[in-house]
Amino acid sequence: MTLFLLRRLAVALLVAITVLTLSFMLTRLSGDLAISIAGPNASQEDVELIRRAYGLDRPLILQYFDWIGRAVLGDFGTSYFFRERVADLIGQRLPITITLGLVGLAIALAVAIPLGIAAAVQEGTWVDRTVMLVALVGQAMPSFWLGLLLMIVLGLQLQLLPISGTGSWEHYVMPGIVLAFSAIPALMRLTRSGMVEALSSDYIRTARAKGLTRLSILAKHALRNAAIPVVSIAAVQLGFMLGGSIVIETVFALHGVGFLAWESISKNDFPVVQAVVLVLALIYIALTLLADLLNAVLDPRLRTE
Amino acid sequence: MSEALSVPRGSGVGRRLALMLGTLIVGVVALAAVLGPSLTPNDPFAQDLGKRLVVPFWMAGGGWEHPLGTDQLGRDYLARLVYGARISMVIGVLTVIASGLIGTTLGVLGGFFGGRMDDVVLFAITCRLSIPVVLVALAVVGLMGNSFTLVILVLGLLLWDRFAVVARSTTMQVRNLDYVSAAWCAGCSRASMLLREVLPNIATHLAVVATLEMALAILLEAALSFLGLGVPPPLPSWGLMIAEAKDYMFFSPWVIMIPGVALFVLVFGINLLGDGLRDMLGTQDAR
Repeated sequence: MTLFLLRRLAVALLVAITVLTLSFMLTRLSGDLAISIAGPNASQEDVELIRRAYGLDRPLILQYFDWIGRAVLGDFGTSYFFRERVADLIGQRLPITITLGLVGLAIALAVAIPLGIAAAVQEGTWVDRTVMLVALVGQAMPSFWLGLLLMIVLGLQLQLLPISGTGSWEHYVMPGIVLAFSAIPALMRLTRSGMVEALSSDYIRTARAKGLTRLSILAKHALRNAAIPVVSIAAVQLGFMLGGSIVIETVFALHGVGFLAWESISKNDFPVVQAVVLVLALIYIALTLLADLLNAVLDPRLRTE
Repeated sequence: MSEALSVPRGSGVGRRLALMLGTLIVGVVALAAVLGPSLTPNDPFAQDLGKRLVVPFWMAGGGWEHPLGTDQLGRDYLARLVYGARISMVIGVLTVIASGLIGTTLGVLGGFFGGRMDDVVLFAITCRLSIPVVLVALAVVGLMGNSFTLVILVLGLLLWDRFAVVARSTTMQVRNLDYVSAAWCAGCSRASMLLREVLPNIATHLAVVATLEMALAILLEAALSFLGLGVPPPLPSWGLMIAEAKDYMFFSPWVIMIPGVALFVLVFGINLLGDGLRDMLGTQDAR
């Protein structure tokens, strides 16, 4: 178990360093940063001034190690546009994105698990086929378009929810539904296949033979085993959802890190973009690590591998 | 990856119907993409400010001059929709070619040689998965400027993970089969074994991945264009059409319905096609 843990930690650390390097390189892709920061109307002297002020005249390798050294300590520099520390900016916005992610995940699980179980129990019937159709529809739904449709129906016509903005809990409902759509198909299919497998296994036959009720067989015996992969995939899905929240936050003007990233990209605010990429990647790495650990805890067979 | 685990045991008829519907949808859109401008007499770029937001034919006041109406600049919606099909299809296909090449190469190398090579490939996949795709794609386009080629390049460089995963695991299965060993004994080189024995035998699995990735690439392009960091205007990408029409959607919802439905139906069709292919594979494997 300890060896397994150490190995996973080492890999996670290596991945984190690679992503750190990639997110640094990302912002140097565009060529001369100083020209982009200065904007189209800047004179040659302005550009030179900016280059020196931001330390962009130093060798690239020096800038890289300088950035890494600071980033490890949680210092991502200062935003060019907001004139605030990037770490503070992200700190203010991150709770909103995480709330959105958790709301989305909760909705996704609440929809996917019952439907997945229903499909498995009624395997091969119209219920099963309808559920699989729902999965296909969910997979094909463009998230930003679904968001706009919900705004028209729930916001304008039924006036149930606020159309956009940040503030009350109601602002999280529509974006949460949209975000959930991206995770529902995978979670539903996994629940279904896990349950189908569990229901055809020997211990379920034994449970049936003992005369247990249908509910107790489903809930206590089948679901417990089918849930193991679902729990760990749910953690990974949360990571994907946080990364994908940029589109949804922008559509609904929900001021989380995704919205911050979008604002920063359109304003050439590189330190913020760099940091958001890094933070979201680190959260994902942490969540997959958590998923592996959960798996090992829930399924003792994996620990010895 | 997780989707590949479950193959619904529906009736054969239902499955074939789904495959046919998927093929039909993709075929129609592909045809529209190829024929493009010859389908409608109107120019997708010609503005006519006197005829802004003309409604489509099924609504009161609509006519056949502009069957799907016009947008906020008076451009014919049908012409733009058809041209948009071309953009979606081209981006989908080219992205899949790029990402397929990268992913398959990595996956086959890792699966075939195993050991150190496989460790490196697995590590690359792990790194790729931890990078937030939409954010990085947006950032790159934002930094380097909107362009059609850049969108394809960025998506191609980001969407190879599933190709690599599937190519790796299927190569591992094929590697130890008799005909590969026989080729080795017959004195074939490693390269010819990979190209002649392994690749043809994992190709069908890769075709399924290709449909899934094509659907994903089309959705991502639409999302990027919607956020203003994808295909540059005035090119009529469906995502861009939705973005441009967004300000009018509360008064005339059809302006976002038309490109949105087109996008949804195309992606749905591609996914149906992919699922159908996978089911065919599944039954073959069972035999």
